[in-house]
Amino acid sequence: MEEIYAKFVSQKIRKTRWRPLPPERLQTAETFATGSWDNEENYVSPWSIGDFGNLDSDGGFEGDHQLLCDIRHHGDVMDLPSFDRERIVTASSTGCVTVFLHHPNNQTLSVNQQWTTAHYHAGPGSPSYSSAPCVGVVCNNPEIVTVGEHDHKEADHKEATRTIDNADSNTFHAVTFLQTPEILTVNSTGQLKTLDFRQQGNELSHILSLTSDRVPLHCVDRHPNQQHVVATGGQDGILSIWDVRQGTMPVSLLKAREAEMWEVHFHPSNPDHLFTCSEDGSLWHWDASTDVPEKLSLFHQGGRSSTFLSQSISNQANVHQSVISSWLSTDPAKHRIETTSLLPSRSLSVNSLDVLDPCLVCGTDAEAIYVTRYLFS
Amino acid sequence: MVPSCPFIYIIRKDVDVYSQILRKLFNESHGIFLGLQRIDEELTGKSRKSQLVRVSKNYRSVIRACMEEMHQVAIAAKDPASGRQFSSQVSILSAMELIWNLCEILFIEVAPAGHLLLHLLDWVRLHVCEVDSLSADVLGSENPSNHGSFWNLVTILVLQGRLDEARQMLSKEADASPASAGICRIMGDLMRTMPILSPGNTQTLTELELKWQHWHEECERYLQDSTFATNPHLESLLKIMLGDEAALLEQKELLSNWYHFLVTRLLYSNPTVKPIDLHYYAQSSLDLFLGGESSPEPLDNILLAAFEFDIHQVIKECSIALSNWWFVAHLTDLLDHCKLLQSHNLYFGSNMREFLLLEYASGLFAHPSLWQLGVDYFDYCPKLGRVSLELHIERIPLNTEQKALKVLRICEQRQMTEQVRSICKILAMKAVRNNRLGSALSWSIRAKDAAFATLVSDRFLRDYCERGCFSDLDLIDNLGPAMMLSDRLTFLGKYREFHHMYGEKRFADAASLLLSLMTSRIAPRSFWMTLLTDALPLLEQKQVIFSAEQTYELMQCLEDLTSRRPVRGESDIQQLQDEDIETTKVEMLRLALARNLARAIIREGSLEGS
Repeated sequence: MEEIYAKFVSQKIRKTRWRPLPPERLQTAETFATGSWDNEENYVSPWSIGDFGNLDSDGGFEGDHQLLCDIRHHGDVMDLPSFDRERIVTASSTGCVTVFLHHPNNQTLSVNQQWTTAHYHAGPGSPSYSSAPCVGVVCNNPEIVTVGEHDHKEADHKEATRTIDNADSNTFHAVTFLQTPEILTVNSTGQLKTLDFRQQGNELSHILSLTSDRVPLHCVDRHPNQQHVVATGGQDGILSIWDVRQGTMPVSLLKAREAEMWEVHFHPSNPDHLFTCSEDGSLWHWDASTDVPEKLSLFHQGGRSSTFLSQSISNQANVHQSVISSWLSTDPAKHRIETTSLLPSRSLSVNSLDVLDPCLVCGTDAEAIYVTRYLFS
Repeated sequence: MVPSCPFIYIIRKDVDVYSQILRKLFNESHGIFLGLQRIDEELTGKSRKSQLVRVSKNYRSVIRACMEEMHQVAIAAKDPASGRQFSSQVSILSAMELIWNLCEILFIEVAPAGHLLLHLLDWVRLHVCEVDSLSADVLGSENPSNHGSFWNLVTILVLQGRLDEARQMLSKEADASPASAGICRIMGDLMRTMPILSPGNTQTLTELELKWQHWHEECERYLQDSTFATNPHLESLLKIMLGDEAALLEQKELLSNWYHFLVTRLLYSNPTVKPIDLHYYAQSSLDLFLGGESSPEPLDNILLAAFEFDIHQVIKECSIALSNWWFVAHLTDLLDHCKLLQSHNLYFGSNMREFLLLEYASGLFAHPSLWQLGVDYFDYCPKLGRVSLELHIERIPLNTEQKALKVLRICEQRQMTEQVRSICKILAMKAVRNNRLGSALSWSIRAKDAAFATLVSDRFLRDYCERGCFSDLDLIDNLGPAMMLSDRLTFLGKYREFHHMYGEKRFADAASLLLSLMTSRIAPRSFWMTLLTDALPLLEQKQVIFSAEQTYELMQCLEDLTSRRPVRGESDIQQLQDEDIETTKVEMLRLALARNLARAIIREGSLEGS
């Protein structure tokens, strides 16, 4: 792991996300957006990494990331997906959902649209009205689905088109799209629930869960190519891989550190690689692409060992062999997952990470942003 | 340059903590602090010392980076007031770095005689930096030797011991005016031959001293011979190089402060000075430089205390002069790791390092964001750290669940069960207020708070009685072993189980569960009527579900319930109506029970098959 740039930015970073690139351009990621939390004034800021015009003597790119502009944000930034190349949607801990427009010419951000009472505990008219945080947002142009602690909302340009209240008595923690009209959420009792927006009813269509211990799940990400494979990270630091089509149990469990796993991401173009970040300040790269026919052994990488705990829980017999993903394989003798720790030293929690080939960005509670441009060097 | 050091500056403590740029200082130094604590205790001797020096340099580079940034902001500031404020912050940071650097040389590096002077020279060169701009000015001009400040530049180069550069300047002068080429050359030679201790040199101190003595005598001879009499500049340079105090004092403006004067004086009169002799020179330099015109500033006193190797005095003066505990806390901690602080206890039981760290960390907790840094500082205060952390962490405002989770993680890692319980109780109360009973129950289960779990379960049951259905079924149905937390919660779980069994038509099991709920007394008395009413459909089933024994028990329960009911006197219509309903219910129950008893007795009394 080389050349990781760190910069201290005077705000605790809650979410970092790469901005999408136009598909016809061949260059690599340029800008990312960050949202802060736990400040009296929080900010949403786009940053740019390095100046691609300057090459240093080795032919590498110089310079660390620069702030382009920022805009004040009311409440903590809970989620920060990109709506399209110019717009960013943010979910706030005050229950407000905002769409920001980034003007690249004069480098400013402005509020494009805002729903201030998207999520609340009791309605705006009632005397005990109190806002509830908006926990996650996913976008699929032109729709936005926002998830509060207990409810879902689907919206498009103008207003919320559909609301599902009291969808969960436990709090939701994260959301992702499975296929376009279907979303998957994870909650604080370790359950995954899917919801198909095409269906009229308010019932959630499918519930999967870990039966023991009801450990809260904090993050979820879908395999980029195989839409039924989903990875989740939980409070006890266990990474679980699920097959949504079948079974109510995860396919495999992999133990990372002891602390909450805040985010998990599949690499978008190289999905045999997975990245996770945790409360104890570790950022791990999981590599399932090696296929070494050796016996299982504990694997040391850079001084940190990874404990490989794989339990074959669901019955794999009826899965078509040719479509099996390397993540779903549960034979420990054939598949060993290498883990590498990416950050040089551990201090406070890494709250967020994002991957866009070949760059990775992460933000921490130590008010630092780390960017690396050479993930697979 | 008039020495102006606005060192005493009335700054509110809050401003420092809330400054954007200083936050970077706090965060980066936090990382360095942690690294320092984790340095292997077993490392001794040279490797440990080099590690500690490296830590000290890290701290200093962080201060410098902060200074740089603040300087940029000061220049770019739009209104003069804030520009001035930033500038004064820059000078405070600069003073901090100056003091830290000196402490590093004297206390951490512990440079011996000979090397000591080299370090002090570096120290001065780093902090009196007008030289670079001046030299750029002069060299950039067309005819450097005719530049107005040419001789100033040469003088200051000599004062800082940068004799090679001074020689280069002199050669330009020699080129420009051939008349003085001769004496310039002589001076250049003198400069070149001055013996100094270079880092790789293997000379011993005595050898160096001897050589230096010879060189000094040579310079004296040149002075006696009035070789440089024609050029007053060169003459004064010679006197400086002879360490003549009067000549040095003439250059007060170029020297700009007394410690520069001190180092130059040492360089040219006693280059092999030993650390213990420093303070004598320091005191006299200060007195000579100030010359009775002004009194020493706080910075001067701090530096003097450092030269006297009085660490406690240094720390005490810094604490008084600076507005923020950052500097003294980190410096003291580092010096403590060098085993330099005697562990004399302050009167409230902790030593100085711990006291300062506690103060600093408490200041961090006052900030909405920086409390996370404070936690780690408390961890490394062995005596009072834990207690302080317990008090502080309960008072962090918990706005979002994420923050609460992080705080809980911190508490659970340190086995602070009281705090975990109180935080979960706060969150559970919030949830109850928002009518989120499921969340409230989850929090009380996490806190293992039986009392609150009972409260929430009571709410559930009350809601059920009012509305006829449960909310948050997905939570209650999946309680698992957490059900055992409190009696009321167990009852709730078991009651749902009863509903399940009824739904699955496992009537016999449902019946015995229902009965056990009542007879084992875990059902609250207020709920008994509901339970008995639930029993009604079971009693009315075609087949006999309750056995005779069980029916007797049910009747017992009913009697228990009705006998305890107080006799109502005057009551309004609603109460009368309620009473009517109650009485009807009781009557229906009695009838059903009697009928069931009859059938049960008959069934049990008959032979099988008939």
